[in-house]
Amino acid sequence: MAFREIDLNMGPQHPSTHGVLRLKLAVDNEVVLRVEPVLGYLHRGMEKLWESLTYTQIVPLTDRLDYLASLSNNLAYCLAVEKLAGIEVPRRARYIRVVLAELQRLASHLAWTGFMANDIGAMSVLLYGFEAREDILDIFEEYCGARLTVHGIRIGGAVHDLDGPLVSRIRAVLERIPKRLADIRSLLDENRIWKERTVGIGRITAGEAIDYGLTGPPLRACGVAWDMRKDIPYSSYDDFDFDVPLGTNGDVYDRYLVRLEEICQSIRIVGQALDGLPEGEFKAKVPRVLKIAPGEAFHTIEAPKGVLGFTVRSNGTDKPERVKMKSPSFINLQSLEHLCQGNLFSDVIGILGSLDIVLGEIDK
Amino acid sequence: MPADRADQSKLRKALDALAGRFGDAVLAGAADKGELAVRLTKDVIVPALSFFKEELGFNAFEDLVVFDNLNSPDEGGARFTVVYRLFKFPGAVRARLTVEVGDGESLPSAVPVYRAADWAEREAFDMFGIPFEGHPDLRRIYLPDDFEGHPLRKDFPLAGRTGGL
Amino acid sequence: MSEPFERGPFLLARADAFITWAQKNSLWPFGSGLACCAIEMIATAAARYDIARFGMELFRASPRQADLFIVAGTVTNKMAPVLRRLWDQMPDPKWALAMGNCAIGGGPFPTYSVLQGVDRIIPVDVYVAGCPPTPQGLIHGLMTLQEKIARSRPTKEILDPHARRQS
Repeated sequence: MAFREIDLNMGPQHPSTHGVLRLKLAVDNEVVLRVEPVLGYLHRGMEKLWESLTYTQIVPLTDRLDYLASLSNNLAYCLAVEKLAGIEVPRRARYIRVVLAELQRLASHLAWTGFMANDIGAMSVLLYGFEAREDILDIFEEYCGARLTVHGIRIGGAVHDLDGPLVSRIRAVLERIPKRLADIRSLLDENRIWKERTVGIGRITAGEAIDYGLTGPPLRACGVAWDMRKDIPYSSYDDFDFDVPLGTNGDVYDRYLVRLEEICQSIRIVGQALDGLPEGEFKAKVPRVLKIAPGEAFHTIEAPKGVLGFTVRSNGTDKPERVKMKSPSFINLQSLEHLCQGNLFSDVIGILGSLDIVLGEIDK
Repeated sequence: MPADRADQSKLRKALDALAGRFGDAVLAGAADKGELAVRLTKDVIVPALSFFKEELGFNAFEDLVVFDNLNSPDEGGARFTVVYRLFKFPGAVRARLTVEVGDGESLPSAVPVYRAADWAEREAFDMFGIPFEGHPDLRRIYLPDDFEGHPLRKDFPLAGRTGGL
Repeated sequence: MSEPFERGPFLLARADAFITWAQKNSLWPFGSGLACCAIEMIATAAARYDIARFGMELFRASPRQADLFIVAGTVTNKMAPVLRRLWDQMPDPKWALAMGNCAIGGGPFPTYSVLQGVDRIIPVDVYVAGCPPTPQGLIHGLMTLQEKIARSRPTKEILDPHARRQS
């Protein structure tokens, strides 16, 4: 067939762009030649706003960055501020944070599984994934009253203690998840349509992935064991025994497998953290008006989407001079063009979904 | 934690190699807790980045942070401070390269060395108006093309100049 | 028109009751998922909260097939023209629901890039507060909209085109 280049526009209002992302595509018949993501449709001026707020006022706004994993944002920001201010977080608070952050990872990955399958055309998985996720949101709701934008981690510790009834509720939920996961896997793992849409699609090698700055599950699907929880442990992650699941092919299917295996590992971590929950305070004593001497700190965590970091620079007042977020989705999305080139147009949706982007943290 | 004593001496050695290569262009250097912090003059930033990538093995570009020093003039003197964060995997070592840029001055683009710097430089251009010479496609990344001003500069009002729609 | 006719003759009143009954029980939402609220909107459509109980499960991806515009999330100045265009593409009769504080009035973002309330560009029928509103909150907003539709007089709009609201 003759070569005919066609320009296609996708978004910013599109059911499968995971928010308000716009893609400018150039295709030759069905084959993708170029993809150019156009960002900014959700640019809220977050970083500018932070400069006019106090350190504690910023925490609830970080919830609205990666809104599928709000606690991870809280944690990364609080760790950066604590590093800068030299606040020592009590051991019990660190364990509570691990419990919350790992539950958040469960919720995020379950939601991703639903969205991803829905994008490919398997609507029922969305219902299964969200039903499992609701169980975890119930825990957050009982913990501090909010479901989505939880704001459960504060500077110096957590907002509440984990009490007995909540701990037994978390255990009960964790026991139910493997069954729900098995349901999802029975729908997808050997599903012929699912495999044809995912296996060998959107491949990237380990070297290229690092070159493009990929982090998180898309990088680990290439077989690179880069996980900040192991490499630069924070919040007592070195106390727990868990594996870093790795893929081999670096394709969409491996990203799916890596995420599902991470769910199992997160269940393990939460179980260990609840078993070994130390006695003590759940929050360090932090002055109500937190003034930090001039300085700069950078802290990264392993968020569900990848390596999430915050740079905080202080100027001696109760407001930061600048807070810069290193957002994993932003950098992961950069590789989209490389991943899509040569694939079919219909696979762009699957590849975009497999990166697990959230526009809130891309556009900031 | 990989940042034990043996690593500390390795970092020092890397620092010495850098000083040997770039001489006076290295204004300051320190190695602490698994992190190399270097201050450079802006004309050697691209060779320095490629030295870090090729010779020292910092294979990942983590972040590019710009600070506007308008309200804190004691900071080196120039209007902007640009920080490049690199990461070395495996090994979990960070590098922090700092350069100073005046208002209206440009920086050479790091994209030929680190592909991942592409959007980060576009973001810095959009938010601070720092041009990156040699960037393959330097346009605003977030704001519309007809937007006036660069919002993260300290003299830009939070609510914008036109008050929005 | 004379006062008694204004209140509506029997036949038109019956027709109104029938039309609004049909309209309110088969709303086809156009989910404009912009930010965090979109996730709660999807949760409302998922198994636990099951918006299908109210005849609204048919989330459409195209504005031309929908009659309820749910603005779920932060509207930025860059997105505003797009939203306005989507609203214009929806066929009458149509309703709009502003979900969450951002869509209501900019929410926590009084910044250079955020539209301070979606009612600056489209007419909004129901506002649902929250950051984000819970699924229960959204369902309550939708039921409020149903009540509003039940009170409306579609035949009057048909007979008198000038009475149709200016949008």
